[in-house]
Amino acid sequence: MSGLVFDIAHMFAGGLVLVSMMMLYQDRLYALLNVFALHSMVLTLSVAWQAFVQDAPHLYVTAAIALVFKAVIIPVALHRMIRQLGIHREIETVVGIGPTMLAGIGLVALAMVVMLRVTPEANPLAREDLAFALSVLLLGLLVMVTRRNAVSQVVGFMSLENGLVLAATGAKGMPLVVEISVAFSILIAFIVIGVFLFRIRERFDTVDVRALDDFKGRRRK
Amino acid sequence: MTPAVVMLLCATAFLGTAILAILAARSDRATQVIYGTSLVVSSIAVATALVQLVAAISPTSASTLTLPLGLPWLGAHFRLDALAAFFLVVINFGGALASLYGLGYGHHEHAPQRVLPFFPAFLAGMNLVVLADDAFTFLLSWEFMSLASWALVMAHHRAAGNRNAGYLYIVMASFGTLALLLAFGLLAGPEGSYDFAVMRATEQTSSTAGIVLVLLLLGAGSKAGLVPLHVWLPLAHPAAPSHVSALMSGVMTKVAVYGFIRVVFDLLGTPAAWSSVVVLLFGGATAVLGILHALMEKDLKRLLAYSTIENIGVIFVSLGLALAFAANGMGLAAALALTAALFHVLNHSFFKSLLFFGAGAVLVATGERDMEKLGGLIHRMPFTSFAFLVGCVAISALPPLNGFASEWLAFQAVLQSPELPQWGLKIIIPAIGGLLALSAALTAACFVKAFGVTFLGRPRTLVAGQAREVDRLSLAAMFVLAALCLLAGILPGIVMDGLAPVTLSLIGARMPVQMGVPWLSIVPITETRSSYNGLLVFLFTAFSASLTAYLVHRFASRALRRAPAWDCGFPEADPATQYTAGSFAQPIRRVFGTLAFQARERVDMPAPGDLRPARLAVVSRDLIWDGLYVPIAGAVGFIAEKLNHLQFLTIRRYLSLVFLALVVLLLVLALWS
Repeated sequence: MSGLVFDIAHMFAGGLVLVSMMMLYQDRLYALLNVFALHSMVLTLSVAWQAFVQDAPHLYVTAAIALVFKAVIIPVALHRMIRQLGIHREIETVVGIGPTMLAGIGLVALAMVVMLRVTPEANPLAREDLAFALSVLLLGLLVMVTRRNAVSQVVGFMSLENGLVLAATGAKGMPLVVEISVAFSILIAFIVIGVFLFRIRERFDTVDVRALDDFKGRRRK
Repeated sequence: MTPAVVMLLCATAFLGTAILAILAARSDRATQVIYGTSLVVSSIAVATALVQLVAAISPTSASTLTLPLGLPWLGAHFRLDALAAFFLVVINFGGALASLYGLGYGHHEHAPQRVLPFFPAFLAGMNLVVLADDAFTFLLSWEFMSLASWALVMAHHRAAGNRNAGYLYIVMASFGTLALLLAFGLLAGPEGSYDFAVMRATEQTSSTAGIVLVLLLLGAGSKAGLVPLHVWLPLAHPAAPSHVSALMSGVMTKVAVYGFIRVVFDLLGTPAAWSSVVVLLFGGATAVLGILHALMEKDLKRLLAYSTIENIGVIFVSLGLALAFAANGMGLAAALALTAALFHVLNHSFFKSLLFFGAGAVLVATGERDMEKLGGLIHRMPFTSFAFLVGCVAISALPPLNGFASEWLAFQAVLQSPELPQWGLKIIIPAIGGLLALSAALTAACFVKAFGVTFLGRPRTLVAGQAREVDRLSLAAMFVLAALCLLAGILPGIVMDGLAPVTLSLIGARMPVQMGVPWLSIVPITETRSSYNGLLVFLFTAFSASLTAYLVHRFASRALRRAPAWDCGFPEADPATQYTAGSFAQPIRRVFGTLAFQARERVDMPAPGDLRPARLAVVSRDLIWDGLYVPIAGAVGFIAEKLNHLQFLTIRRYLSLVFLALVVLLLVLALWS
C-alpha cells in the first residue's frame, strides 16, 4: 500500500513540475492562463491526496482553497481583465523558447541535486515532495524573469506560490494557519497587482512593464 | 531606595526635563526653568554618586537593578559600582556647572528651542551609558548620547561649516557604534549572553580579547578623539554652544574613556602584555599630534578642542601603562597608572570645562572666536581673565594646580617601567614618556599663546576694545571650577584615596593610603623614591609671589612714568603689529610642522620697482586627513558611482538578479560537499 501511496503522491508532484514546464513555452496570454488553471488543479489533487495520506482533514480545506481561488476565480478574473484592458494577445518573451526550456531542465536538475543531498534522513515522501516543490518554485521565477508582460509575470508569481503550498503540504504536521496565510497572501498579492495593473493602464495605456521604466526616467549620469 | 534607583530616577528626571523643554521651549522663562532643573538634578546625582564612591561598604560592592525594558529575554540591567560612581561624579558635576553657566549664558542664545530640549537629554544619555550593565542598554544609551549631542552640534546649523561638522560627527559616531556593536557581539559569544555579569564571568580566548581591544580602540577611541579617529572632534565640539562644548569636551570624551575601561579592565579579564603596546602607541601619538594641532590653531574654541585630544592621549597612555603593569601582575604600579588616568579624567573635566566657559564668555562679550581679532581683554574682563588664567596654568601642568598632580603621577608610573620583564615594553615606555613630556611642554606653550594673545596686549579690533564683563552666574561657574582646580592640586591625596575603591575593584590593588602621610604630601610608591606636596608648593609660590609683588610695588611703582613707547621711528603703532597667534607658533611650526603637517613657507617678493606688497604664505596639510580619509571617501564615491546604474534597471532585471542570486546560492550548496 505504502508503495502505491508514494507513487501517486510522486505522480501529482511530478505532474506539477510538468505543468510548470508547459508554462515556459506558452506565448499567448489566454493559453498561459489555462495552463495556470491546470497547474492549480494538479496542486489541488496533490494536496487532497496528501490530506488523505496523512489523515489530516484540514488539508482538504487547503485543497478547496486552491481549487476555488487559484483554479477558478483568479484565472477567470484575469481573463476578464485581459479582455477589459484589450491588451495584445502576444506575449513578448525575452529569451527564446529553446534556451528557456533548457534552463528549466537545468533548474529542475539543480533542485533535485540540492534537495536530495541536504535531506538524506527525511521521510522519502516529504523529501521527493520538497525537491519537486523547489523545482516548481524555480520554474515560476523563470517564468517571471523571461516575460515582459505584467500579467504573465503575475501568473509566474502565482505558480511560484503553488510551489510553496506544495512544499508546505508535503511536510507532515504543518498547522492549518500556515496554509490559510499562504492562500491569503496570494489573494492579497493578486489584488495588489490587479490594482497596479489598472493604474498602469490609466497612466500609460499599456500593461507592458517597460512603460514603468520610461516613467522612472532613463539613466541619469 | 538603593543608590542605583536614585541614579535612574535622576536620569528619568533629565528625560522629563527634556520633554518639558520641548513643550515650553518658546516661553520666556524656559531657559531658567530648564537649566535650573538640570542643576538641581545633577547636584542630587553628584551627591548620590559621591556617597556610593566614598561610603560603600566594600570596594567591590555594587548596587544593581533590573527593569523589564529593552530586549524581552534580557531586560535592562543597571549597576552602580565604584567605577560607575566615579564617572557619574565627573558627568554630573560637569552637568551641574554647565547648567549653572547656562543659566547666564543661555540668555544670549538666539534659538533656545534648538538647545534646551537636547541639553538634559544629553545628560540623561551619558548617565545611562555609565549605569548600563548589559550590552543592549549600553549601546542604546550610547547612541542616544551621540544623537543628543549631534542635535546640539547642529543647534547653530546656519553658521558656516557647522553642517559639515555635524555630518562628519554623525558618520564617525555611527562608525564607532558599529565597532562597539561588533566588540560586544564577540564578548557575548555564540550563546548571545549580553549581560555584563555573564561576560565578566567568561574567560575570553587571547585572539578574541585582542580583536575586542582593537574594536574598543576604534569604537571608544572615535568618541574620545584618539588619533587618527579625531577628525570630527575639533569641528564638532566648537560648533555647539559653549556650555555644551564644555560638556562634550570635558565630559563626553570621558564617557568614551569609561567605555574603554569598563570593557578592557572589567569585562575582558586579564590583558595580554602586547595589548598595552597598542594603547600606548595610540595614546602617545594622540598626545603629541593633538597639541601640535592646537598650537597651529587661531580659533580659541578649536584650540581647546585640539587640546582635549592631547589630554585624551595622556589618559590613554596612563591606561596603557596600567594594562602593561596589570598584565605582569605588578598590582601597585598598575594601581598607580590607573589612578593617574582617572585623576586626569577628573582634572581634565575641571579645567577643560573652565576654559570652554571662558571661551564662551569671550564669545558673548565680543562675538569673536578668532584670537587674531581679540587682545587686551584683561582690562575689560578681569574676572573672566583670572579664571581663564587659572585654567591655563592647570592645563599646562604647572604646580601647584591639579594638572601637575595627575601628570606627575603618570610620570611616576612611567618610571616604574624598568621593572617590567618584557624588553619591548622596557624600551617603548620611556619613549612614550618622552612623548608625554614633549606634549606637556608644548601644552604650556600653547596656553601661553591662548592666554597671551586673547587677554594681553592691546585690542586688535573694535569689538575686543568694547568688551564687557559677563554675568555673575557664568562667573560663578568659572570660579567654582577654578577653586576646584586649586583644591585638587594642593590636596591630591584626598582624590587619590577616593579613587582607591575603583582600582581595587578593577585590578585588585590600590595605592598606599595618602591621608596618613604627614604634611599632606603624596607618596605614590615609597618615601625614598619620590613624594610631592602641593600645599607646600602652593604656600611657597603664593608667599614668594606676594613678596615679589610687594617689593616691586614698594620700590618701582612710584618710579613708574607713562610715556610713548619707542616705535622704531614709525608713527602710530597699529595693534596689528603686535605678536599674533601665528607668529607665536611660528618657531614650533618650523621645528615640528615641516614633518607633521608638511608645512611649507613661500615668500612672494615683488621685483624692485613693483609696488605690490611682499607676501609670506604658509601652506600646511593635514596628513591624516589627506592620507586616510580622502582615499576612503574616494573609494566609497567610486564604488557608489559604479553601482549607481543598478538604480535604473527594469523590474524584470531586478527579478533576474534575485533569481540569479538564488540559483548561485543553490549551486554553491549543491557543489559544497
